[in-house]
Parts: sequence; C-alpha cells; structure tokens
Amino acid sequence: MKKSILAAMALALSAGGLAANEVTPSQVKFEDGAVATSLTGVAGDPAEGRKIVGNKGLGNCIACHIVSDLADVPFQGEIGPPLDGAGDRWSEADLRGIVSNAKMMFDGSMMPSFYKTEGFIRPGKAYTGKAADDTFGPLLTAQQIENVVAYLVTLKE
Amino acid sequence: MTKKAWALSAIGALVLAGTPALADPVDATLILNEDIEITTRTTAPDHLSGALDEVMSGWLFRGVETRAMQADDFDNPGMIFVEKAEDLWNAADGAEGKSCADCHGDSSEMSGVRPVYPKYVEAAGEVRSLEMQINDCRETRMGAEPWKYTGSDMIDMTALLASVSRGLPVNVAIDGPAQSTWEKGKEMYYTRYGQLELSCANCHEDSYGLMIRADHLSQGQINGFPVYRLKNTKLNAAHSRFKGCVRDTRAETFAPGSPEFVALELYVASRGNGLSVEGPAVRN
Ligand code: HEC
Ligand code: HEC
Repeated sequence: MKKSILAAMALALSAGGLAANEVTPSQVKFEDGAVATSLTGVAGDPAEGRKIVGNKGLGNCIACHIVSDLADVPFQGEIGPPLDGAGDRWSEADLRGIVSNAKMMFDGSMMPSFYKTEGFIRPGKAYTGKAADDTFGPLLTAQQIENVVAYLVTLKE
Repeated sequence: MTKKAWALSAIGALVLAGTPALADPVDATLILNEDIEITTRTTAPDHLSGALDEVMSGWLFRGVETRAMQADDFDNPGMIFVEKAEDLWNAADGAEGKSCADCHGDSSEMSGVRPVYPKYVEAAGEVRSLEMQINDCRETRMGAEPWKYTGSDMIDMTALLASVSRGLPVNVAIDGPAQSTWEKGKEMYYTRYGQLELSCANCHEDSYGLMIRADHLSQGQINGFPVYRLKNTKLNAAHSRFKGCVRDTRAETFAPGSPEFVALELYVASRGNGLSVEGPAVRN
C-alpha cells in the first residue's frame, strides 16, 4: 500500500499539474469493490458534487439514476436504482469504489467507470466519433470523484 | 380497425402515458392508411431464444403524435422523399441512358426486396446491403456514378423501396453463406465499445422500455428505416443511426457503408425477423 502511494506520487509529479498526492486511475486500490483512501487527500465538496451528478457534461449520473434531491433537473433516467438513500446503504469507501469503477462492485455493470483510463475497445475523443488522442483522460478528475462521493454520503432517506 | 378506433386506442395510450413511469411500450395497433396492418410486435425469432421473447418495433415506444403521423401517408413527412425517389426511379441516367424502371418496371414490382436485405449475393460473393445493390445497378447496368452511401438520392431511393414492401415481414437469411457475416454482426452487437463501455445490447436488449435521460429506449430495431426524425427533419439511414449510437458510447465509431456496419445491419435486421417493414417510419 505504502509503496503504491509512493509510486502514485512519483507518477503524478512526472505527469505535472496534478496534485502531489493524487492517485492516478491505474493505481486505485479496490478491496471488495471499495476504495478506502481519498484519491486526493483533499476533502470532497458536496455542493460541487451535487452539480457534477446533475450536469449533462460532467457526471450525467441522472441519465441513469433518479435523485429526488435534484428534482429541479428534468429527465432523470431509470437504468440504475434511485440514488436516494445511497448514503445509508453504502459507506464512503464503497461509494468511492462505485463511482471510480462500478464494475469492481457490480460485476458486468452497465454503469460507466468514471476513473479509469485503460482497457477500452475503440475509445473515442469524447463524443466526436473520432479516435481518442493524447487529450484522453478519465471521465471525472480525482477531485471531482471526491466531490461526488462527498455528495452521495449526504443522500440519507 | 377503423381509423377512428385507432385514434381512440391512441388516446387510451395517452392516458396511460400520463402516469409517471411511461416505461412500457404502448398497447396500440398500427394500420397504415386504414389499409395495411403492420406487425409491430411478434414472437422473437429462434436465434434470440434466451435473449428476448418478443420483438417490438420502435413505433411502440414513441409518443401519441409521432405514432399518429406514421399511420397516414398524408401526415408522414417521409413520404415526400418517397415521391422524389419515384422521379429518380423513372429518370434515365448514366452512359447507358437507362432508368431503374427500364429494367425493373414499376417501383411496386420491387415489393418483397427490402425484407430480405442485407443478403448474400451469389454473383458478388458477399453480403450486400440494399444501398450496395442500388449502387451496383447504377455502376454496372446504367454506367452511372454511384450515389453517396447516406446521400439524399440514396436515402430517398431506399425509402421508396421500403415503402413498396410495407406490411411484409422482415425475413433476412442468417445461415448458409450469410452466416459468417451474421456472426460478425452479432459479436459487434454485444461488444461494449468506447469509454462508456456500452454495447447495443446494454441499451436495446437489457434496458428497452426504460428512460435514459430524456430518451425512451426501444429495442433498436431497423424495420422502420429509413426513418424520418422530427429532431433533424430528414430521413435517416440505419447506418447513420448506428454511427450515432456508437459515437454516444464515447467510441471511435464506424463509417456508414463499412463492412462492419453491413454485418451489424444484417444482425440487427435478423433480430426483427417477423416484424413488418415500416419504412419510412416517423421517429422523434
Ligand atoms: C449508463 C448508466 C449509469 C450511469 C451513467 C451511472 N450509473 Fe450508477 N448505476 C448504474 C446501474 C445499472 C447500477 C446498479 C448496479 C448494477 O447492478 O450494475 C448503478 C449503481 C449505482 C450506485 C449504487 C446504488 C444503490 O444505492 O444501490 C451508486 C451509488 C451509483 N450508481 C452512483 C452513480 C453516480 C454518482 C454516477 C455518475 C457519476 C452514476 N452512478 C452514473 C448505472 C449507471
Ligand atoms: C447508451 C445507450 C445506447 C447504446 C449503447 C446504443 N443505442 Fe441505439 N438508441 C439509443 C437511444 C436513446 C435511441 C433513441 C430511442 C430509441 O429508439 O431507442 C436509440 C435508437 C436506436 C435505433 C432506432 C430505432 C427506431 O425504431 O427508430 C436503432 C436502430 C439503434 N438505436 C441501434 C443501435 C445499435 C445497433 C447499437 C450498437 C451499435 C446501439 N443502438 C447502441 C441508445 C443507445
């Protein structure tokens, strides 16, 4: 564990621009689908997370999930379960795992992996239909994941 | 059913759709021009056993008004393009100075063609889409330039050829020399493309009837193609739809007319074997 954090730091530093102790997508450690430690070491901001969950260009979580707390955002999808009460059902570590890579928690899940950069088939450059180029990155940044997790924790029945 | 009775059942559907979960496809019947009964749901073909019990046209997943537009040729904006293609059908073109009609007669003679495409064409030694076959006629029999795969002349012509087969069941062959192409298409259908890692099956087999954001997911059938979409107010080819659906998984998509999309078209068409040809259908 210690070693991988050190390696993450080295990589983050060499990539430049990233927070010094940010965990990169390929270095996230899953245990039973959960991720115990913060990806950034910076506390998540639930208000920012709320925006990401409802924003079409960011998390767009409501494409698939109903969130009653976001009732002002129209057209909420029903592919996944409603997120109401997610903070009761899951621990913070579970939620960090689910948002980073839901397939580690739910085998074969339809939910996209928001903090992953490898293993895709024909990855594209966003929604252009063209091949991915060197601007390719995870769907959400490490801090955005932390913000979303901080928001989900507040969703109590 | 008379048109009035159809309209009444459509109103019934509206009342049902008023409840918050408009998840399910409607219980309605499509009769074109008070004449041609369209099979919009039927028992799934054998090759889908274990995957789907029933196959359904995209028509059942659209709203009352969109469905009504398709029921009458005077209200169906796609029919304008069918008329345009009727002129093309009769117009001489190319070095041979021949029209489609010179070889094939009236366009209604082509009834029965749309339902079996894509199909393996012996002379060509490959599976061909209707578009490929049209361009083959243009090039080898008419001495004319091929049309752009999803260009307006081509799409209008495919709308005409679909329209004269409306009501006939889709019936593409999946065995014999077509089988390897079909298998390729099937593999694509279940491949989770792009950064969102979503396959056709994730949306159109596992989740049809559900809302994904503002969209009511259908089974993604192509019996209604080309479709007139209210969103872009033109006819859209099946390959354009495929292109958009793959792009929306944040993937590098495929080109209309590519061997990959011809294989996928054969496979998707075969999932609708038994549904009526509806093109040009109306969608949102
Ligand atoms: C394309 C669909 C899709 C998108 C987009 C999506 N999810 Fe999910 N999500 C699912 C599905 C499906 C499940 C159910 C788990 C399973 O069986 O795969 C799920 C499960 C979950 C769960 C566990 C739910 C519970 O209470 O049991 C959480 C939490 C969650 N998602 C959060 C999110 C967040 C946050 C986002 C956006 C950053 C998001 N999801 C985006 C499809 C999606
Ligand atoms: C992320 C979800 C998603 C994926 C993945 C997806 N589609 Fe779609 N597709 C849609 C939506 C939304 C629509 C519009 C509503 C509808 O008809 O389902 C649609 C419509 C269609 C239609 C039009 C149906 C009609 O009657 O007008 C076809 C055909 C289709 N898709 C085929 C495919 C194929 C083939 C694939 C895989 C290559 C695919 N789709 C992948 C979401 C998806």
